[in-house]
Amino acid sequence: MSVSQTTFRAALLDPSAVVPEGLWDAEERPAGRRFSVYRNNVAVSLTEAMHQAFPVIAKLLGPQNMDGLSGLFLRKHPPSSPLMMFYGEEFPAFLAGMEQLSHLGYLADVAHLELALRRSYHAADSQAAPPDALAVPPEEIVLAKLEFAPSMTVLRSEWPLYSIWRFNSEDGAPKPAPGAEDVLITRPEFDPAPHLLPKGGADWIAQVQAGLTIGEAFEKTSVDFPEFDLGATLALLLQGGAITSVTIERLAT
Amino acid sequence: MLDSSLRSNRLPAVPGVGYKPQHYDQILEHAHPVGWLEIHAENYMGDGGRPLAQLRHLSERFPISVHGVGLSIGGEGPLDADHLARLKHLVGWLNPASFSEHLAWSTHDSHFLNDLLPLPYTDETLASVCAHIDQVQDTVGRQMLLENPSSYLAFEESTWSEPEFLREIARRTGCGLLLDVNNVFVSATNLDFSPQSYIDAYPLDNVHEIHLGGHDEDEDDHGRPLLIDSHGCEVVDPVWALLDYVLERSGPKPVLIEWDTDVPDWHVLRAEADRAQAALDRIPA
Repeated sequence: MSVSQTTFRAALLDPSAVVPEGLWDAEERPAGRRFSVYRNNVAVSLTEAMHQAFPVIAKLLGPQNMDGLSGLFLRKHPPSSPLMMFYGEEFPAFLAGMEQLSHLGYLADVAHLELALRRSYHAADSQAAPPDALAVPPEEIVLAKLEFAPSMTVLRSEWPLYSIWRFNSEDGAPKPAPGAEDVLITRPEFDPAPHLLPKGGADWIAQVQAGLTIGEAFEKTSVDFPEFDLGATLALLLQGGAITSVTIERLAT
Repeated sequence: MLDSSLRSNRLPAVPGVGYKPQHYDQILEHAHPVGWLEIHAENYMGDGGRPLAQLRHLSERFPISVHGVGLSIGGEGPLDADHLARLKHLVGWLNPASFSEHLAWSTHDSHFLNDLLPLPYTDETLASVCAHIDQVQDTVGRQMLLENPSSYLAFEESTWSEPEFLREIARRTGCGLLLDVNNVFVSATNLDFSPQSYIDAYPLDNVHEIHLGGHDEDEDDHGRPLLIDSHGCEVVDPVWALLDYVLERSGPKPVLIEWDTDVPDWHVLRAEADRAQAALDRIPA
């Protein structure tokens, strides 16, 4: 009796499946509980990986609910590569599709934020532009084009995403109030951190990433967000070491 | 078959430990913390950040062993070319003292199961494992070591004993072997054979590294002991005794302490490494 890896894997991921034939103990009796060692290893190691990867989701749901959800998730979406550091890509969509969790609509965005923090942690290193790179006259600042660090990410949310993350990650953080919040992740050296972006900041960064100058992006952003605070957005990016290059094409005089 | 010029394993025959980031500061504070460090390859396959910065720094002070846990050499299907390319890249820039993987599978139909799963030992699996090892050594450009697994069950279809299977793989591919002494003890207990006779049949000349780790104790359906490789506690006395048995026959080898779950304080891990040094010191001249 030969046991294919297709059969082995199917029985591994389905606790109700019978143990494949052809697997023995030393006295040629069916493997039984011995097979469960592998079943447990897979389920326990992937469940632990989910707890490590999504600590805020685990806190919001409670550890037991997180165990249960992880069990469902890992059977539907086993890792697609041995890089466990990136496991859980499908978790936000999985959470959004769970009817029992529909009253917690923000969970998917929180999961996106936790995934983005991990991606930032492992992103390529980069050299921040010198602190005086933008210490130029205002008429020149608007002409500048910027490049950002690979570890920088922007997340847009209809929920108070930053406040929810902070309330569940920092002692004494204020309770989240309703309202949409966009989040900027920067990684000054090795530790990524989320920051609350000023209204319009996500749009402005997207336009600068698309190649517009600081000034052009500001004008576009101000159409939808007249209150957009460019100074505060630039300060967050500079403090986080997220600007890696400043190019100013000066007007010919 | 590997070109003999690529058989470059440079781990010193002293104790090493599995590197855990929580020990980083203590390792660097000590004048002589340990002889060498082993890392799990997959944890250093990001693009940057702290893991790679720490590894670069450690590699300036210590011989490093790169130990892969995700290549699925015992898989029925082809090797994951992307993953093999990542290994080649890591081994390329780090130029480690040793590079090893497992006689096991973990990926099937592009699903990675995060465990070292067993395979039957047949002529067919022998050919497929050897083809995979040839591909790995050709791609990475150096010799790899292959580690014996912990077994909880046996395959009805197996026609080779594990030591003979490993001996034949080493003969055909030119790979070296990583002998996990705890795994031998776990498999011997679980499958009711003598660990000493396993060692007697094992090609010790091909061993370039030894692993030691802790295991858990459970029972099977019939109340028989079922040991589970956990790497979450101290190495037990019978495994230390089996290490002595190996070293008396093999001579000095690099010995690694693996501790991957419930990672202890540095001094606990260091004490296990000291015990491995004592075993190396006991080898009869």
